[in-house]
Amino acid sequence: MRWYGVSLNTEMNARTMAGNDGEPTAAAAESCAREASAIARILAGERELFHELIRPYERGLYVAAYSILQNEADAEDAAQESVIKAYKGLKSFRGDAKFSTWLMAITLNEARSRLRQTKGDQFDSIDDCDEERGDYTPSMLADWRYIPSEQLERKELRQALREAMACLSPEQREVLILRDVRGMSIAETAEATGVSEGLVKVRLFRARLSMQKLLVPKLAPKQRGFMGWLTRKAGGR
Amino acid sequence: MMIDCRHVWSQVSDYIDGTVTQGERETIERHLANCRHCSAVMDSTRNILVLVGDARTFEVPVGFGERLHNRLQRSMDAHESDE
Repeated sequence: MRWYGVSLNTEMNARTMAGNDGEPTAAAAESCAREASAIARILAGERELFHELIRPYERGLYVAAYSILQNEADAEDAAQESVIKAYKGLKSFRGDAKFSTWLMAITLNEARSRLRQTKGDQFDSIDDCDEERGDYTPSMLADWRYIPSEQLERKELRQALREAMACLSPEQREVLILRDVRGMSIAETAEATGVSEGLVKVRLFRARLSMQKLLVPKLAPKQRGFMGWLTRKAGGR
Repeated sequence: MMIDCRHVWSQVSDYIDGTVTQGERETIERHLANCRHCSAVMDSTRNILVLVGDARTFEVPVGFGERLHNRLQRSMDAHESDE
């Protein structure tokens, strides 16, 4: 099935309201203005407003932290800690970046720091700082049967996706989550992760091709089809 | 311009992001129209990314939001009394 031209993650892109080139739409500009106004009021003493300011982003912060730490309890703690750090450091937010990008950068730093404490320096491996794309060969197949999102109700599919994600490097998981889960633009992803846009594109390329390579053999075994695999994994239910 | 499959694979991510040039896009699409394998690679990659991006794939733990705001409130209260 071909579906070129279909916008990827429309819901996410609508939420961040920025195009691929990072140019803000009118709705995004309005949202930034509302946030700037809320931040000014919080700094002036209406501190309770901070709860509302972060509410749209809290799920994304958890998912980003989880992408690095791969552990629910650690990711939750890191997300909580980064929100507290953002509150205490709100005065230092200058508005050069979007508030959501600034908040995400704090969360990524918090999660990276925890990862370093527990597992040593896993970030910025030589391979993932190299802007050469390398020679990636995807899983070859003659046809792809579209898997609708409704199939995510099956835990076997969700588990397969999470297991594939766990096989990526932390740097690759990070950009995949920001771009393809949170719908951030390339420029915002670069800003939040602190690397160049070129490196974001390279990491995305590696992450996406790796996900295809890891998942296609599981989701579309030859002659069996995804539904057959799913049924067998679920014990024939 | 004729391109080989390997070139298409190297452009899959940029093509999905819409960051290839108009000329490159047209060249890739001509190749995809005639190569079922590359077409399946493109379709499978896009499908997998849509599934990854779905909110159901990465669920937050039950009670996450409540615990976050409770801890934040405690920290805000402590921060205020310190000032």
